[in-house]
Amino acid sequence: MSVIIILLIASISIAGLFLFAFLWGVKSGQFEDDYSPASRILFDDKPTSSTKTE
Amino acid sequence: MVYQILSQSDLCDYYNLNENPGLSQRIKVRKDKFSFLDDEKIQLQLISFRDDKQVHITFYLPQMHCSSCLYLLENLHRLDGGVISSKVNFTRKEVDIVLLTDKTSLRKVAETLTSIGYEPYISLNDLKEKRPVIDKSMVYQIGVAGFAFGNIMLLSFPEYLGIDATETSLRSVFRWISFGLAIPVLLYSALPFYQSSWKSIKHKFLNIDAPIALAIIITFIRSAYEVISGTGGGYFDSMTGIVFFMLAGRILQDKTYRQLSFERDYSSYFPIAISVLKDNKEVPTALPDIKPGDTLLIHHEELIPADGILTRGKAFIDYSFVTGESLPVLKEMGEIVYAGGKQTEGNIEILVVKEVTQSYLTKLWNRDEFKEQEENKKVSFVNILSRYFTYIVLTIAAATAVYWQINDPSRMWPAVTAIFIIACPCALFLSNTFTNGNVLRILGRNHLYLRNAQTIEEMAGATHIVFDKTGTLTSTQQQDIVYEGLALTAYQLHQVAALADSSNHPLSKALAKHIGKTKEIHVEGFKEITGQGIEGLVNNDLLKLGSYEYITGEVNRQPGTAVYISFEGELFGYFLFNNHYREAIPSLINELKKEYHLSVLSGDNTAEKDTLQKLLGKKATLLFHQKPEDKLQYIQYLQNQGEKVMMIGDGLNDAGALKQSDIGIAVAEQTNNFTPSSDAIIEAKQLSKLTKFISLCRANRNIVIASFVLSIVYNVIGLFFAVQGTLSPLIAAILMPSSSLSILLLTFGSSSLIARQMKL
Repeated sequence: MSVIIILLIASISIAGLFLFAFLWGVKSGQFEDDYSPASRILFDDKPTSSTKTE
Repeated sequence: MVYQILSQSDLCDYYNLNENPGLSQRIKVRKDKFSFLDDEKIQLQLISFRDDKQVHITFYLPQMHCSSCLYLLENLHRLDGGVISSKVNFTRKEVDIVLLTDKTSLRKVAETLTSIGYEPYISLNDLKEKRPVIDKSMVYQIGVAGFAFGNIMLLSFPEYLGIDATETSLRSVFRWISFGLAIPVLLYSALPFYQSSWKSIKHKFLNIDAPIALAIIITFIRSAYEVISGTGGGYFDSMTGIVFFMLAGRILQDKTYRQLSFERDYSSYFPIAISVLKDNKEVPTALPDIKPGDTLLIHHEELIPADGILTRGKAFIDYSFVTGESLPVLKEMGEIVYAGGKQTEGNIEILVVKEVTQSYLTKLWNRDEFKEQEENKKVSFVNILSRYFTYIVLTIAAATAVYWQINDPSRMWPAVTAIFIIACPCALFLSNTFTNGNVLRILGRNHLYLRNAQTIEEMAGATHIVFDKTGTLTSTQQQDIVYEGLALTAYQLHQVAALADSSNHPLSKALAKHIGKTKEIHVEGFKEITGQGIEGLVNNDLLKLGSYEYITGEVNRQPGTAVYISFEGELFGYFLFNNHYREAIPSLINELKKEYHLSVLSGDNTAEKDTLQKLLGKKATLLFHQKPEDKLQYIQYLQNQGEKVMMIGDGLNDAGALKQSDIGIAVAEQTNNFTPSSDAIIEAKQLSKLTKFISLCRANRNIVIASFVLSIVYNVIGLFFAVQGTLSPLIAAILMPSSSLSILLLTFGSSSLIARQMKL
């Protein structure tokens, strides 16, 4: 029985962690602009002008 | 030019990233345009943070449109060494810039942005308090509710399926944990329902949130009692679940289009600062600081911000924004010019006679009627429906209470609380919010953006549709041109085109475009008399284009817009300019004619009365020469006759009418163009689907009612158990999610299906 209690505590704290992650994500505005971060990752830091991508 | 700047900074990749990067840069920006950004006082109101070294500012760049823009703007530090970072928010079309004050200035950054084609849009509106931050609390609340709901569901399995007698202590641990998890839901997640019901009670009107809040509280108290007394597991799972679903519905319904603004007033159109002449020097001054007696210098293509008297220069003012009149008006020195017009040729000076907030145009917004209206919010039919529902539930609860009081008093409280739990109008709430949310989404996909869910009902209930003419029925970008008079040879036509092409006047431009440019013909001795006409030697023929008065010297006032033409002093004929009706308008009007009263209000002249009357039918009312106030009063007049008015308009001249009407729809050529404040924004191309949109809004109501009937079936089943006092947790646990889910499926499915049938 005590095992179940430990598991219970573990599972609820993990769920709590996810809840915290969600609230934190909302607060820091991660859900506000879904276009720019997705495009931003595609840009190289220093585009090489010699090799042109077609 | 843009290319030069970019290649200097090694940003040529910009052109490789996308097929069509950058809209072509059309207007070269005046040198001192952003000089007001050097002004300390204006600066302070625009920037979000500053210390000795750094300044943080957010610019709104309406031209932003593709991933290349994003790339370019985020590499701004290569164009301007003083920029530390620039971060784009694409959804809001904003860029947050951090800059070093000793290396660059706000003005320089603004000018750099302008030179690469992203002119920051800074309007008078930015001077007011900061924009309200988007309220995220409901998202937090749904997060908490979802967390509690999921965990309690798992913890409730012993309740549903039973548990070995030896392990009952475990069950009570589970119950206590559920109890603990439900507390934040009760105290935090359900807050919006308490707030809304409290508000409604204060206004002495019972809305749908009141019985819901009551049900949540009763469920919690009863469940807590059961857990504490050890008599049962309570209904924490149902309670948290229903809060979660209802919050989801509400968020879906309230999802706003963040990139659109429905609340614009004149201050979003007016510039933030204007040049005031003081001792022959141009001083950039913030608009609120302008006082009567100041002399303003209005540059080419600038908006006149205050009513004044013209003291220097010839004003050629485009009032299409204010009056809907499609052609610029000529004003001579000494005449009064009203705020809202745009100077189209050269610079002028005006002496201010009224403050910005007191001008003819801005007064339209400050009418007291509008303030009153905001308070008298309309009541949705759902609230009325829920009220009957509440009365019925109360009656059943009272009857049950009396029955058990007589027969078995110990079962009275369980039975009565069960009734409240099961009969909360949650299903009605869910069906309403989810249907509304889905309909809003479908309409948004078709580029009709509604301000909120209540607008759906208003749209369905409209009885009278009022159109504005210029810009709504007609397109501002095209004109039909017909030539009448002596026949012109192809060569002569080309001569006309060549001459017209030399002028910047809208009519000349339209004419040149209409004829089409072919051969290059040189024009000599070109002369333009503002507001009159143009002349020039085209291959040694003296050509004149312009008003009848300009060509012949005689006054002739005919309605309609015509450009007369003469060769070597001989009058040949004239080009007649007619408004170009949007292609879809005739068929749309034909459909609407059957069901609605139609009216057209136009600020224009009566030239097209016959065409319009034919189009709209004999019953339609056509009014011309309508000032913004007249439009507003006409709407009021209709409303006093008991009509529900839908107003469809575009310009500032319709703003009053749009606001006064039961539902005001602003037409925009592009959704990121500026539109006056309204209940809805529609893209011009989508006007043809208006009838479909209206019928979808009507279907919305039927779907809500149908799913409500379904939910009543569930309620009756639940009540059947509840009145007997035998509502087991298992039945409640099955009934609640299944009723919620089936309602979701019904509302989503049917609204999407109807939309698909309408080909939306």
